[in-house]
Amino acid sequence: MKLTINGKDQEYTGEEDRPLLWYLREDLKMTGTKFGCGVAACGACTVLVDGQPTRACVTPAASLEGKKITTIEGLSTPAGQAVQKAWSELDVVQCGWCQSGQMMAATALLEQTPKPTEQQITDGMTSNICRCATYHRIRGAVARASEIMG
Amino acid sequence: MTMADTATFSPSRRFVLGAVSFGAAGFAVGCDFRKADAAAGPVGQNMLGPYVRVGSDNTVTVFLRHLEMGQGVSTGLTTIVAEEIDADWSQMRFEHSPADDKLYGNPAFGGMMGTGGSTAIFSSWEQLRAAGASAREMLRQAAAKKWGVDAATVTVAKGQVTSGANKATFGELAAEASAITPPDPTTLKYKEASAYAFIGKEHDPAKSFGRLDTQGKVHATAQYALDYHPEGTLTAVIARSPKFGGKVASFDDTGAKAVAGVTDVVQVPNGVAVVATNFWAARKGREALKVTWDDSAAETRSSDAMFEDYRKLLAKPGLEARKEGKGAAALQGAGQVITADFEFPFLVHAPMEPLNCVVEYKPGESCVIHSGSQMPTNDQRAAFTVLGLKPEQVTVVTHVAGGSFGRRATPDADLVTEAANVAKAINGKAPVKLMWTREDDIRSGKYRPMNIHRMTARVNNGAIEAWGDRTAIQSIMEGTPFLPPGTPDFSSIEGSNDIAYAIPNISVDVHLVKHPVPVLWWRSVGHTHTAYAKEHFFDVAARKAGKDPIELRKQLLAGDARQLGVLNLAVEKAGALPAGQTRGVAVHHSFSSYVAEVADVTVNADGTFKVERVVCAVDCGTVINPDVVRSQMEGGIGYGLSAILGEALTIKDGAPVQSNFYDYTPLRMAQMPKIEVYMVASTEPPTGVGEPGVPPIGPAVANALLASTGKTYTKLPLGTKA
Repeated sequence: MKLTINGKDQEYTGEEDRPLLWYLREDLKMTGTKFGCGVAACGACTVLVDGQPTRACVTPAASLEGKKITTIEGLSTPAGQAVQKAWSELDVVQCGWCQSGQMMAATALLEQTPKPTEQQITDGMTSNICRCATYHRIRGAVARASEIMG
Repeated sequence: MTMADTATFSPSRRFVLGAVSFGAAGFAVGCDFRKADAAAGPVGQNMLGPYVRVGSDNTVTVFLRHLEMGQGVSTGLTTIVAEEIDADWSQMRFEHSPADDKLYGNPAFGGMMGTGGSTAIFSSWEQLRAAGASAREMLRQAAAKKWGVDAATVTVAKGQVTSGANKATFGELAAEASAITPPDPTTLKYKEASAYAFIGKEHDPAKSFGRLDTQGKVHATAQYALDYHPEGTLTAVIARSPKFGGKVASFDDTGAKAVAGVTDVVQVPNGVAVVATNFWAARKGREALKVTWDDSAAETRSSDAMFEDYRKLLAKPGLEARKEGKGAAALQGAGQVITADFEFPFLVHAPMEPLNCVVEYKPGESCVIHSGSQMPTNDQRAAFTVLGLKPEQVTVVTHVAGGSFGRRATPDADLVTEAANVAKAINGKAPVKLMWTREDDIRSGKYRPMNIHRMTARVNNGAIEAWGDRTAIQSIMEGTPFLPPGTPDFSSIEGSNDIAYAIPNISVDVHLVKHPVPVLWWRSVGHTHTAYAKEHFFDVAARKAGKDPIELRKQLLAGDARQLGVLNLAVEKAGALPAGQTRGVAVHHSFSSYVAEVADVTVNADGTFKVERVVCAVDCGTVINPDVVRSQMEGGIGYGLSAILGEALTIKDGAPVQSNFYDYTPLRMAQMPKIEVYMVASTEPPTGVGEPGVPPIGPAVANALLASTGKTYTKLPLGTKA
């Protein structure tokens, strides 16, 4: 079965129920997508599937035939680049483990809503947990990324 | 036994209580800079002392003896060296040091390597200033020799070494400098604070003077232990006893072995390990495993029943931790006596990177551990003990950790012990990656101990005349090398026994309880509960005395300039209270730093409430990196608020009730207040910031709710309603 990951075709031959997360991390050695909870409760494993934020830990790889999958390693859209730049400028990260997922969620938010209000930022980001509680800076960085996008 | 010697409990002396005894402590395995960047030069070369390597590519790498787990030590410690060696910031790099107590022991941990107690900066300040100044001197000497000039004519600035027309980069002098004998440490000269280029300077993205771990984490190139996955790695998950204290009686692995990808099912000391070619297979294998548990020594109670047992203890005096004036006797007398029991639940650290480590074991030959560990030599000891190797045969590679909050500092080296036992059971046929699922993390310990504080005060003539604080709690320290036998557990009462308010009669005592639920230090340790009990009950007592709690704090802290300083700064910066909100304030001293927090809260008509804004003032002595201090205060406030609002691990019939982030619920963005952080200008030596931001937020919020509702908030977490 063919999956398109960061614009590159990959042949998936694994089990039907194996989540995309483990295919990315263990088989493709793309470890930027992180394991946090395994039950779609924290967002550390967020990737984009046809632009929509998706939890890789509960999404079987085999269910994604023909879909376009984007991971942190392939974050190349203007919104994605603005997000990474803003995250750097504000030194958002602490431990950093959740931040790939946070940046994927922020990218999806800004692609749909380039000029989000404070409430829209909160709504777009509140399903991603950061145990270091960098929320204060994430909020600022999403707003800054929106500015960078112009 | 009494705890009459209160000086023993000084928080600034935590972990300094005695020689840490590990039997094999002090073993050294030499330098193994295996992760060295090839461009920097050959591995292990160009070392200017144990902490600094100048690469032939002109990079300056600082070897961290502390773990970067999000708290920013990779930037803070590196900043100290950059300042004294006089580098350009763009040269600076970091690496975790090898496991070696002799070279990299933490003096605040009795000489054992360890990250914790917010000690990284304060225990490294003199040492890394010396490391930087010494390396700078070696570069100067090397330049003088190379150019045939007097060393007195050689100057160093922004990564350039100069004498007259002679110029060289650090990289060009690296090889020669590493051959120079390091100068006598007593001859080293340090920069004046007024000449600092980095210390105390604000982050400026335009100058790229930011966190050194930002780029790797933003672009996902940073490698955590869970990302390390050498070819052929087998993944292990362990079925552990559902009840605390249970043991394996027997198991049937027929179902597990039938799962495609499962290679081995082996019994290990604390359960049954399922080993597979990938995580998904290991997890499915564990689901198909049937284990019968021997619960004869297991905990059987619920946490409610434990609280009931704790309450019975509180009827009697415990071990005395502090007595001022007439102590407990003064709690009876003229005026009004008020009392409240504050109940604190077990808390889970739940770092975002689930617990793991990788062990590469060759029987009789070697073992390499990949881990995000706060105590690498302790982990090394666990591995060579389990595997029957010599200390020098075990190498520890420390990776950045995806959070910890204390969880990766385990005296029993739980992760490495488990992984080494699995590796041994499969005879080292492949690298073993031990993984804890989030459910394992929530349900298997180790927790912030549940506890009760029975607070009592006698209020008379507008004053608090007597103060009583009696706790029942499990000891974190007993049985660990950090607490010599016969020494009372200071971590249970820190923050209670050193209450700074000038109250004439004070009594602090503690009952140390024993049961099988495993406990551990959780970011800010005893202060997680002592600060709440002290600071919230202070407001209750102040109001009973008819006093404004902030004004009474100022009055009773008149003799403690640094607590008073942060209190005044936070209150001043908070300014006017917006209409419709109430305000609470708390101030607390922990890990040698001082923090005051002001919380503004809205209580809605339906009883729900929202923490709108927190203003924080911190005095941590000399500020090394203001933005790291700010981020630790922001994160500490969020971490503390998370627990106070919504975290509890409860127990039913000896087993945890919660499983994952849907029922153990950390703070989310919608609950995060706006935060402002202010630092007191100081020339005192630097002290910790990883933990001290946590303790004041709970009581500040509770005091704001008290101001709105008049209620005392005795049961945590607070939940969603005031």
